[in-house]
Amino acid sequence: MAQIIIKNLRKDFGDFTAVKESSFTIEDGEFFMLLGPSGCGKTTTLRMIAGLELPTSGEIYLDGEEISQRPPSQRDIAFVFQMFALYPHMNVRKNIQYPLVSQGMQRADIKAKVAEVSNILGITDILDRPTGGLSGGDRQRVALARAIVRDPKAFMMDEPLGALDAEFREHMSEELRVLHDRMKATTVYVTHDQLEAMQMGDKIVVMNNAVVEQFGEPQEIYDKPVTMFVADFIGSPSMNFLRFEGGVQKGDNSVTLSGVNLAVPKQLQDIQGDLVFGVRPEHISFTDDGTYRGLVLAVEYLGTTQIVTLDTPNGDLKARLNSSQVINVGDRVGLNFNPATITLFHEQSGRAIVSELNSGVLANG
Amino acid sequence: MSYSVTESSSRQKWIAGTLVILYAVITLVPLGWIMITGFKTPPDSISYPPKVFFEPSVEGYVNLFTTRTRVSKETLESLPPPTNFAEEIVRNREMVIAGPSKFGQRFMNSVIIGFGSTFLSVFLGTLAAYAFSRFKIPLADDLLFFILSTRMMPPIAVAIPIFLMYRNLGLSDTHLGMILLYTAVNISLAVWLLKGFIDEIPREYEDAALIDGYTRFQAFYKVVLPQAATGIASTAIFCLIFSWNEYAFAVLLTSGTAQTAPPFIPTIIGVGGLDWPAVAAGATLFLIPVMIFTIMLRKHLLRGITFGAVRK
Repeated sequence: MAQIIIKNLRKDFGDFTAVKESSFTIEDGEFFMLLGPSGCGKTTTLRMIAGLELPTSGEIYLDGEEISQRPPSQRDIAFVFQMFALYPHMNVRKNIQYPLVSQGMQRADIKAKVAEVSNILGITDILDRPTGGLSGGDRQRVALARAIVRDPKAFMMDEPLGALDAEFREHMSEELRVLHDRMKATTVYVTHDQLEAMQMGDKIVVMNNAVVEQFGEPQEIYDKPVTMFVADFIGSPSMNFLRFEGGVQKGDNSVTLSGVNLAVPKQLQDIQGDLVFGVRPEHISFTDDGTYRGLVLAVEYLGTTQIVTLDTPNGDLKARLNSSQVINVGDRVGLNFNPATITLFHEQSGRAIVSELNSGVLANG
Repeated sequence: MSYSVTESSSRQKWIAGTLVILYAVITLVPLGWIMITGFKTPPDSISYPPKVFFEPSVEGYVNLFTTRTRVSKETLESLPPPTNFAEEIVRNREMVIAGPSKFGQRFMNSVIIGFGSTFLSVFLGTLAAYAFSRFKIPLADDLLFFILSTRMMPPIAVAIPIFLMYRNLGLSDTHLGMILLYTAVNISLAVWLLKGFIDEIPREYEDAALIDGYTRFQAFYKVVLPQAATGIASTAIFCLIFSWNEYAFAVLLTSGTAQTAPPFIPTIIGVGGLDWPAVAAGATLFLIPVMIFTIMLRKHLLRGITFGAVRK
């Protein structure tokens, strides 16, 4: 198993840049998520690590060795494809042993290895079946078996749950995580589903428009987004953005929105212009005496919580509240924002303004 | 596999069945007529009204495979008794067998040239189609159009230049010349058909093979080729049918060593009157290889021409 270091990786397809100078580090044994909307370059990055695409520039280190220009067969990396890519003209056993056959392994060893792996994944009884008639979950397991059978240095997974139906995804994602914890294998996992990334990942890289937006642990990315894109992409409903004109100076611990002073973490940067007050829906509460007020436009009941949409002087806002609270459409309510959780953004650059909350995160990247 | 939602009623099935049978009868009657004519005697074959019931004879086949000389009655009577059935049939017409005809050799020429050019077209076509399908080739669209342009006029329109060129190159009346010519005509069809088939094979299979430790070429022949078998089979059938049946270039460019069966069969007519049974026998034998080849690949052909019509 191995550590993977990505340094200034770039990929151009003609005039189109799929990945711009990206850098991040995947520690040994980590379950690492590459998250982003479709077309952001996450799959290209994964394919470059695996060797299915060669980078235009930049370096990839696997276990300290630079491998960016090597063919996939010399990288010792396994790949699980979105559509599984099981060879249709071979049965399950042949699919699983295919990577071992290419290594020229002895027959008896192949047999033992296939038996061991199929036992781990619980597919011993379907080994001699053709791949055509298998269920989605079994295909997934066979694809995983083919990946783990050769004990690679790392696993690449390209939206491996994307082809499964919702109900089964949940189950399979648990199975994957258990498998990972058991094998302790470095895994890079591409997904566009932020929930999946938060649930399964030890670390997340968020990509957008060919660049790495943020890289860190799920909680850190959720609580301390460094760009408006990340703040918007992660979380459902996403972070609220209240737009206002003004400025902050080093040492400020409040901003003024529509004449109301709102507390924020201590600011560490001087900035003027169009600013954005970012607050997560669960960090909003209602108080009768709040001076910053909003009008309730809609209430969405979700069981234990409810999502309340409000009209405020600085734009629409969604709050997540306990369902027990009685709220009616048309109510005017005072709003209270948890000051410690607020992130301010500079609208033009889309970047977070450095404060005591996020200074450590912004320093990394 | 998806199926149509509405089950057709028995009435519809009945009508459809009748139409298919009717169509089959109409198209098969000429073929059937050729086949039975091959077993008629020459007088039966030209009798009027035409005979549907007759006493079968292999005279047509004997005439097809032999050359014969007419002899006088006296000479005929002075000969020892015939040693085989062919000799007996010929003598009844007051002739003796002079030697074998060239049909066997011409037939072999057809086999060599037809299958040779089919193999070459499909071989080159598969490689080209794979390259067009998988790699970023500069001007790929223009090149594909250019390849197809060989089909934009009847090939026979350039017969004279080809004739002159072949004469100068010494390719006239050679197996190689005919194989090259038919390959040149077939290859555009092969590239286009096969590109369609290979485009349909997900790239992920090759990616998986590359990851599993195989080279690009191993991935091509171990993973892509088995998947493309259907396309290769149907392309081969189309190519074979063209080169097997080609008549005009064969007449123009071959006369001896490399002459194929199509220009040879009509020349039988001239030997000793209108020998229709021999012509019919030749035509019947000529049909057989394509028939066997098509039946062998029939399963693929059916899947091939409906390819893409149904989602797998």
